[in-house]
Amino acid sequence: MEKVIEAKSLTKSFGDFTAVNAITFHVEKGEIFGFLGANGAGKTTAMKMLIGISNPTSGEAKVAGFDVFKQRESIKNNIGYMSQKFALYDDLTVKENITFFGGIYGLSREVIKSKTQVLIKELNLEEVENQLVGSLPLGWKQKISFSVALLHNPKIVFLDEPTGGVDPITRRQFWEMIYKAANQGTTIFVTTHYMDEAEYCDRVSIMVNGKIEALDTPKNLKNSYKADSMNDVFLKLARG
Amino acid sequence: MSISVSNISKSYKNVQALKDVSFHVNEGELFGLIGPDGAGKTSLFRILTTLLIADSGKANVAGYDVVDDFKEIRNCVGYMPGKFSLYQDLTVEENLNFFATIFGTSIKENYHLIKDIYVQIEPFKNRRAGKLSGGMKQKLALCCALIHKPKVLFLDEPTTGVDPVSRKEFWDMLKRLQQKGISILVSTPYMDEAALCDRIAFIQNGEILEIDSPQDIVKHFPKKLYNVGADNMYKLIESLKHYEHMHSVFPFGEFVHYTDKRNDFNSIELNEYLTSKGLNQISVEVAQPTIEDTFMALAK
Repeated sequence: MEKVIEAKSLTKSFGDFTAVNAITFHVEKGEIFGFLGANGAGKTTAMKMLIGISNPTSGEAKVAGFDVFKQRESIKNNIGYMSQKFALYDDLTVKENITFFGGIYGLSREVIKSKTQVLIKELNLEEVENQLVGSLPLGWKQKISFSVALLHNPKIVFLDEPTGGVDPITRRQFWEMIYKAANQGTTIFVTTHYMDEAEYCDRVSIMVNGKIEALDTPKNLKNSYKADSMNDVFLKLARG
Repeated sequence: MSISVSNISKSYKNVQALKDVSFHVNEGELFGLIGPDGAGKTSLFRILTTLLIADSGKANVAGYDVVDDFKEIRNCVGYMPGKFSLYQDLTVEENLNFFATIFGTSIKENYHLIKDIYVQIEPFKNRRAGKLSGGMKQKLALCCALIHKPKVLFLDEPTTGVDPVSRKEFWDMLKRLQQKGISILVSTPYMDEAALCDRIAFIQNGEILEIDSPQDIVKHFPKKLYNVGADNMYKLIESLKHYEHMHSVFPFGEFVHYTDKRNDFNSIELNEYLTSKGLNQISVEVAQPTIEDTFMALAK
């Protein structure tokens, strides 16, 4: 199996506080990898190093074949990223957002045009394509935002709590999009606070105080912690 | 009765945020408003805390009218908005002191109410509120909403974006407050939290879909529900969606929750269909609907 993320003893310290403490793991091509942990466990800091916007203190990591110390710009070209807080420009229309992000990723006008059409059709957005994104429900924004993160056919997509506050039906439609992308070979790296979503992942890691305390398939984790659900596994582990 | 809402409606330009909403919350009750982002929960909170005036309808809080007696209401309710609204540049202790003074009381006078919660953030009492972690901000906001010993507590999505462990701790705190006689109206998008309320109301697109106890609300689920499992989740969802007798298909943890259009559902037939689609390790079992299943069925 091809490894698209490989981290060895990856560490980030702020002064004498170690936010990420020597984490070692890998993610395989086409895998849906759940990256879990309590607030403040170090998930966001770890993710920032992997997407090339924060320099690690020590250790090593490769993302899409590129080094997180020396080839950060190449990493950015080969990944997609979506966060819960900032996703799209509220003051641009659906179409303008797609065009804007397509341009940022250096796609040609023709490619942007055809991709926009496909995307709007797939998401059933024909009626709102010229509406400002700010006027759309959160769940729609998140679906558009995910599609935009896939525009440049990245090898990996990083999703930082993509479904927080989204209604249960839309949340599931969102996961169907994730399955589809993974099925087509895109690797998914996702954080969530919904433990039923942890069950949808191929493998899950749980971070506690900067370290990866557990990493396995949801099934094996439930077995080894004698828990009925991922929620129970999480409650047993997450407070260290 | 601690809150009563009768036929409240509210519109913003061409969006109707609340449509003829009615319900009541009993004295000492922990009542949950369950619904997604944009359902109208915040508008309702703002009307009940006298920050917004409804277009039509009436509402009472702690025996006072939300329009005529707004000053009385402001003195006897605690409100924790969804967005962190404390002073970021004041320290933890300064924020708490400020709110106590505004309400003409002191931290000392009502310390017993906040003690359980405050001891957890007391080590950081000299830190500015803006520098706290999400979980600590939430605890401070709850302390500030409680410091004047309110009769009714309003909590608008207090746990959104909070991890499962902190969420559990937060709900344990709410249970203890309830035992002290405070009525609580709380909103959440997390269906698992609904189970911890005395009664819940499902709200979507400004309308109340159903009100009942968490134990009884699942009885409103209209169909027989099945857990379907197989070796490939994506293929399983796609295959089920194209099955001619399919009524609903939702991924649910390690299984897919499935309902059939027919009353005489035949699991062998479904098994054969899924096998013909190339799936292995197929299982079909009757499942008990959860609160989330019921919400999705009613919201459809």
